[in-house]
Amino acid sequence: MTETSKHTRELIAFRIGEQEFCVDIMSVREIRGWTPATVLPQAPAYVRGVINLRGAVLPIVDLAARLGFAPPEPTVRHVIMMAQVGHQVVGLLVDAVSDILSVTDDAIQPTPDVASDMASSFVRGVLAIEGRMISLIALDNVLPTFEPIAA
Amino acid sequence: MDAMSAIKQTFFQECEEQLAELEAGLLAIEAGEAEPDTVNAVFRAVHSIKGGAGAFSLAALVQFAHVFETALDQLRSGTLAPTPELLKVMLRAADLLADLVQAARTDQVVDEGRSQVLIDELNTIGGGLATDDDGGDGDMDGFVFNPVTVGFDFLDSVPAAPAAQSFSIRFKPRPELYAKGNETALVLRELERLGAIAVSCNTSELPELGELDPEGAYLDWSVELTTDKGEEAVREVFEFVEWDCELAIQAAGGAAADAGFDVEALLRSIQAEAAAEPVFAEPEPLALREPLTMAPAPGAAPAADAPSPAAKPGQARGEATAGAGAPQTIRADLERVDRLIDLVGELVINQAMLSQRVIEAGHAPGSAVAIGLDELEQLTREIQDCVMAIRAQAVKSVFQRMPRLVREVAGLTGKEVRLITDGEATEVDKTVIDRLTDPLTHMIRNAIDHGLEAPEARLAAGKPAEGVVRLSAMHRSGRIVIEVADDGAGINRPKVKQLAIAKGLIAADAVLSDEETDNLIFLPGFSTAAEVSNISGRGVGMDVVKRSIQSLGGRLSIASRPGKGSTFTMSLPLTLAVLDGMVVTVAGQTLVVPLTAIIETLQPKAADVHGFGGSARVIAIRDAFTPLIDIGRALGFRAQATDPAAAVAILVETEGGRRSALLVDTIQGQRQVVIKSLETNYGAVPGIAAATILGDGRVALILDVDAVVAETHADATLEPVLKAAG
Repeated sequence: MTETSKHTRELIAFRIGEQEFCVDIMSVREIRGWTPATVLPQAPAYVRGVINLRGAVLPIVDLAARLGFAPPEPTVRHVIMMAQVGHQVVGLLVDAVSDILSVTDDAIQPTPDVASDMASSFVRGVLAIEGRMISLIALDNVLPTFEPIAA
Repeated sequence: MDAMSAIKQTFFQECEEQLAELEAGLLAIEAGEAEPDTVNAVFRAVHSIKGGAGAFSLAALVQFAHVFETALDQLRSGTLAPTPELLKVMLRAADLLADLVQAARTDQVVDEGRSQVLIDELNTIGGGLATDDDGGDGDMDGFVFNPVTVGFDFLDSVPAAPAAQSFSIRFKPRPELYAKGNETALVLRELERLGAIAVSCNTSELPELGELDPEGAYLDWSVELTTDKGEEAVREVFEFVEWDCELAIQAAGGAAADAGFDVEALLRSIQAEAAAEPVFAEPEPLALREPLTMAPAPGAAPAADAPSPAAKPGQARGEATAGAGAPQTIRADLERVDRLIDLVGELVINQAMLSQRVIEAGHAPGSAVAIGLDELEQLTREIQDCVMAIRAQAVKSVFQRMPRLVREVAGLTGKEVRLITDGEATEVDKTVIDRLTDPLTHMIRNAIDHGLEAPEARLAAGKPAEGVVRLSAMHRSGRIVIEVADDGAGINRPKVKQLAIAKGLIAADAVLSDEETDNLIFLPGFSTAAEVSNISGRGVGMDVVKRSIQSLGGRLSIASRPGKGSTFTMSLPLTLAVLDGMVVTVAGQTLVVPLTAIIETLQPKAADVHGFGGSARVIAIRDAFTPLIDIGRALGFRAQATDPAAAVAILVETEGGRRSALLVDTIQGQRQVVIKSLETNYGAVPGIAAATILGDGRVALILDVDAVVAETHADATLEPVLKAAG
């Protein structure tokens, strides 16, 4: 805490099914309850649609589906985390937000060498906290790639 | 450096205003509608540009502005009569000045030959007066720190007027003079009230910028004054400063000059030089603009009773704008305005949601809560209107570019054209304004190049040699209507038809009404010009114009009478932020179909719908077979085909002019919706143009009719068969 304090970062942990994940708290704008989204035609299955957040039209990504799990049937108990991804704001549908973690960089272990798309595309490291394993994920790839911005 | 570029930016913005005023003024003079002050306003505009350009060492601009100003001064003083020929040259000079400003802004160079031609023309008009200043202009580049010298030699040769006396004044302010709040400029201006003055400034003591004491005084002024007021009056001017300066006043021994022609010319040259080295003419570099106003405005100078020209720079601008009767405005960041509009949009939606909740909560319509909400609704609507009005701009900003275009095209085609504009104050959203220039430019070019006949042909047809192009704008039922009308020959229908057949656009035996024939010119690949001309034929046909107007949610139509002329009418929405749409339901989803695309809606009968190979279907509408597009399937909302008899068909026309019938489940109604981009936070969705937010707060998608129709046509080979059937 003392000498490594400048490398401390805060993360928001959330749950999808049995697994726990976390993202940098700085990228999360707000957390709100699930509201039905307007379906977008010809969108990937993990894009639930778009919702109105105070006048802005934001896409909702079903993070479970995006990470390759069985997509849940959203209920009022599900939450949407509004996250900043690049220049865009995206809503992430997750089961529940569990807590806010304050960790130092050295507590983040490298991603275990598992051959899964999820691990290579999203997981940036894992944390071991009180016997739980929490995967730190990066949000850069949550949205589908569009022709004009394909890089 | 940043501050300097910011000032420069402001200068260019002001230049734009000045140029607009210049052109408007010249046009008013040309039309004989000039008010007494118009010529002064025109002169001031060029003068201000010249002054500012001098401050930024824009030599080419200063030089041309100077010659132009000289000619304008003669117009102002009445030496030159405002003949149509003169005004034509002046308008062209105004165009060139605008080009020079633009070039200076973008660090480009305007063809020197062009400006030289106009300089020569202006000089010829002005009787070579401007050549008096050649010395000054030539010196300009290397001018900065050199003493300003003005040839006084010829002054002596001018016969003396009896009452006037001439004084040589040497005036060297000490720093204390400035410390006490006195001003050289004010003293000189005071002297100018007494009579004609010629000022020169010795800047030889001016140190390098690094060594310059901002509170020091380095300049040494020599003033030649011709006055009939006597030495007493001259000394009086220095009453408050004589202890803080070196002052020598000498009466010139009888060789007094009268305030005649040569002095005026001299004044002008001094004026030019003062403007050409402005920053250094004043000991205190703070007063960047000061030199411009310090130098007496030519023409006004000899008049002792004339008000002191422009007491302060700010005031000078105030006068200039007041002269044009422009209302007070502020410059606001567009982003802030857009944010405000967004917020008000949210407010409207929020208010609608609240109303719905109140009704759901069981409050009676007459209850206090409901009445309060009604009032809130009225207020929010009013706020919305006001905020939208902020973005609204008069079409004048586009219209005022057109006179120049007309002059250029008229010059190129050798036709005589008069442009009449009407309804310039009509307001429309800024985004519409910004995208109006190109189509309008093309339509006016077209009207002159193809619409109007050559002068001889016009005379032969019994019309005046000068053709008229009328550009007008008006509001009509919540849209803006802009018309471009010419009094030319009208559309040559046999020729148009023949061309369309030759290009394979229509069948050789096609029977077309006059209206249909006229509309052929909007077809892609059609151009009536027999040869590609320099003016209209820039690879852009009327089809492009039509498409660009349609992309703004507008429509373009044509009315033509042989021998009388053609009128192109475009009707545009007042804003791109809102759209009139038909709200429909498809497979449980709410969609909005833009009203501009819709021709009619109908209830299909099962007998009218025919299968057409595979899953494609067509519907017979008044004996014409039209492709039937099942929106639910096209967008992938459902796999099963809808029963047409239980659905509603919307007949739409795409921008390309193709008609299709869209099958939807039900129509909810028509309403104006606020357009929200999907790209901002997501990306482009095929078949969907944008999104909007409905009164219940949910997002509804706006259908991209063209994309849906195009996609459906791409995989169904309906087109060739239909041609044969139709």
